[in-house]
Amino acid sequence: MSTRRGVGARPSRRTTGLPAVLVPLATVAVLFLVVPVIGLLVRTPWRTLGDVLSRDASIEALRLSLVCATLATAVSLVLGVPLAWVLARGDFPGRSVLRAAVTVPLVLPPVVGGVALFAALGRRGLVGRPLDEVFGITLPFTTAAVVVAETFVAMPFLVIAVEGALRGADRRYDEAAATLGASRWYTFRRVTLPLVAPGVAAGAVLCWARALGEFGATITFAGNFPGTTRTMPIEVYITLQQDPAAAVALSLVLLVVSVAVLAGLRERWLTSTG
Amino acid sequence: MSVPTRPSLRRSACVAVAASFALGALAACGGSSDDTGSVAKGPSGKIVVLAASSLTESFTALGKAFEAEHPGTTVSFSFAASSELATQVEQGAPADVFASASPATMAQVSDGGNTAGKPVTFARNTLEIAVPAGNPAKVTGLEDFAKKDLTIALCAPEVPCGAAADKVFAAAEVTPAPDTLEADVKATLAKVTLGEVDAALVYKTDVIAAGDKVQGIDFPEAADAVNDYPIAVLKDAGNPTTAQAFVDLVLSAGGQKVLSEAGFQRP
Repeated sequence: MSTRRGVGARPSRRTTGLPAVLVPLATVAVLFLVVPVIGLLVRTPWRTLGDVLSRDASIEALRLSLVCATLATAVSLVLGVPLAWVLARGDFPGRSVLRAAVTVPLVLPPVVGGVALFAALGRRGLVGRPLDEVFGITLPFTTAAVVVAETFVAMPFLVIAVEGALRGADRRYDEAAATLGASRWYTFRRVTLPLVAPGVAAGAVLCWARALGEFGATITFAGNFPGTTRTMPIEVYITLQQDPAAAVALSLVLLVVSVAVLAGLRERWLTSTG
Repeated sequence: MSVPTRPSLRRSACVAVAASFALGALAACGGSSDDTGSVAKGPSGKIVVLAASSLTESFTALGKAFEAEHPGTTVSFSFAASSELATQVEQGAPADVFASASPATMAQVSDGGNTAGKPVTFARNTLEIAVPAGNPAKVTGLEDFAKKDLTIALCAPEVPCGAAADKVFAAAEVTPAPDTLEADVKATLAKVTLGEVDAALVYKTDVIAAGDKVQGIDFPEAADAVNDYPIAVLKDAGNPTTAQAFVDLVLSAGGQKVLSEAGFQRP
């Protein structure tokens, strides 16, 4: 980490140490967050793990989860970065209202998100009905619906991260580029975007992780069918009803995959800039 | 040089986002109610009843009747797929009564020694085809479930209504082409109520409960998959006296009347 500018006098070691009262609370927080994961590891049926994981259903669900989360992240990047730019740099009335509106999915219970997607994109929805009647396209219960549901829930994470990075970025670089004759689009592509690349990467990782774990909006709007819409979290949920041990094994895969991917990306993208 | 300060700004934004995510997850996880047992003679205090989704309307009505009959009692319900509720009981969910939509699911609980007595069958239910009002896809029978161009919802085979659906399709020698396998019967019904699917297989009682948004179509093979509904007081019931009184009400003439009005058959 770099040193902070603007902090005046160097504080002594006595005043910067941890206040004793925080330590027990922090310990409780650590236990609270870590013990469930340890519980999962303890409960894992290691002997039958191979069988459960090599089932076609497990592989199919994992593949679908990875593909859909990646597509949702791609869509979020294409649409979310411009939105973040508008929110960070745009100067128009109602900007804060707009920001609040587009981050609603962040706080909305995902199941409610699923119902809302039906209201918009279902066969009888605002947009879905004309889509069905004119083009014969129906979205619910398709793999595309999974991507839509995941994007709906995950994109705000990316938008907020990128907006934060854009606000922090030094605008004088953009101004310098403009002075030198660069067009706005050129400046955005070659100056602004590289400057906030770590922020975009962090947002994309967060967005991907959220999409991978998406359950409520997906099972509501996209339904649950093996190979088409049954992602890993739904597979875990359905399996839990009949075979809790297998569900634990599947949960472990989801845990390992997310930790591995996050750790891998962190190495490559995040620490290099820190 | 001002660029090096950026990561800390960005990081704090990330932390805030991650924190709000964690809060959301916490909020989503809450919700199981605790029971306050009491040792009075007559029914009193609070009981928690876990019941199959298909019992939502009839048991809610019976709970109100019970509370009116025994002032000072509170009956809270948790309605979900029987198989999910069975898992909850095995995981030690604080509950007093379990009413299941299938004997197999009840057996999962009683075989594990989690019921106080022998489960009693209190109702029977049959499947019916549910279509949105007006039957836009002109569904007439089980054969239509094999059509790939129709959007079809079924219960997942892991839950009782899905297991019953498998039985009727086997009897009718129809290979269904579902688009979604829902986690419980009310979720399946909701897809019909919303008009998002052309047809679904749900219980007769669900079609009645859905009112005029849903139309029911009978089919002869339904007789091959009649679900028995067993009920039992749970071993770890915090309030066994009141729990037994509620089971007695379900089995009484008055309770059976409420159930048959909802479309259930007598056992």
